[in-house]
Amino acid sequence: MDCKDLQELLHRYVDGELAPDLRAEADTHLETCADCRRLVAEETAWQQAIHRAGPYYAAPDEVRRRIARLAGRPAFARPLWRGWAMAAALLLAVALSSGVTAYIVTGSGQEPLTQEIVTSHVRSLMADHLTDVASSDQHTVKPWFHGWLDYAPPVADTSDAGFPLIGGRLDYIDHRPVAALVYRRNQHPINLFVFPSDEADGAIRASVRNGYNIVHWTAHGMTSWAVSDVNAAELLAFAQLLQRQG
Amino acid sequence: MAMQGKSERFAVIALQHLDAAYNLARWLTRNDADAADVVQESCLRALTYVDSYRGENGRAWLLTIVRNTCYRWLERNRPSAITPLSPEVEAEATAAAAGTAGDASSPESIVARQCDAALLNGLIAELPLLFREVLVLREIEELSYRDIGAVLGVPIGTVMSRLARARGALKEAWLRRTMRGPSDGL
Repeated sequence: MDCKDLQELLHRYVDGELAPDLRAEADTHLETCADCRRLVAEETAWQQAIHRAGPYYAAPDEVRRRIARLAGRPAFARPLWRGWAMAAALLLAVALSSGVTAYIVTGSGQEPLTQEIVTSHVRSLMADHLTDVASSDQHTVKPWFHGWLDYAPPVADTSDAGFPLIGGRLDYIDHRPVAALVYRRNQHPINLFVFPSDEADGAIRASVRNGYNIVHWTAHGMTSWAVSDVNAAELLAFAQLLQRQG
Repeated sequence: MAMQGKSERFAVIALQHLDAAYNLARWLTRNDADAADVVQESCLRALTYVDSYRGENGRAWLLTIVRNTCYRWLERNRPSAITPLSPEVEAEATAAAAGTAGDASSPESIVARQCDAALLNGLIAELPLLFREVLVLREIEELSYRDIGAVLGVPIGTVMSRLARARGALKEAWLRRTMRGPSDGL
């Protein structure tokens, strides 16, 4: 190895990124070459100066607290979930024993998606991140999604019926970014996830998961999922309202 | 049960590497409030995508998400921050990188002059995003070339050339500021 070789490998040498055989060759050269030793010393000193100069910004307590809460998910009522699972199992057992199976496994194939919808809903409430765009004006919320999504979610104005629009948020469902529209019924937030789907148009289907009410329907190639802790009847009324407007 | 496992895996990775996530977001957005938003958005994505984590370097995995989220965030809020390198900057950095090894006078004087940390810090913050991110990942976060490549989504060869140009650009900026005085250049 000569000086030119070493100069070419200088960064990798100083960064400790040379393969052992090349490193050994470089060391051999350095033993006999004062110029290259100086070069390595200078480069090392320069990099250490950068390392010392650049502050390491540790996460502030507030950020750490928020993320810990997100990870710990204390609001995820596990006993409730367990209770629901147990009830479902019991129901299934009863159904199997009585020979009635067809209507018990509701929304088959949609289970992971349903869970994801509920998780997103819970997360949006826990992380103080309900909306990316906070506005009660559908003409503000709808264009906000432009550039974020490859589709235009319908944004309905349902304030007259007691479901004011709060805003919108970009969320991730089923491994893709989706529009989350946020409405409110009295003090209860409603998350409405809207995204294209090849599912056939269908009637509103209601379910309960972790204590949250969920309604789901598809129309004109768009699937909508609304989830909230409002009671089932009100959520259904909300869904019917949107379906009529859609 | 599956959800619980997901949440736990997320907790392990995200909380362990939260400082790294924040550090990168803070350097890329150059602002505490923005960094906090980006980290939060990144963690939401990380929680969503934790199933795609296959036990590789957790820090690199999280930083990849943070970096991508930063870019999306900047596109939305600071489009001017992610303009491509101008040909002048590109040429200058390439020349500076090439001159690093040969030009004995510059590095020596840098060492001799006792680097002013605040100045250097400011110069890093002023570097174009493309240079800043690779420099922060290497010099401050001390990631390996391989992990930097994973975070930036480029091959190791690109990491090396970009790092060399980033270092060249920083040296050039430093020399300009210290040798030729603040009134000249910058």
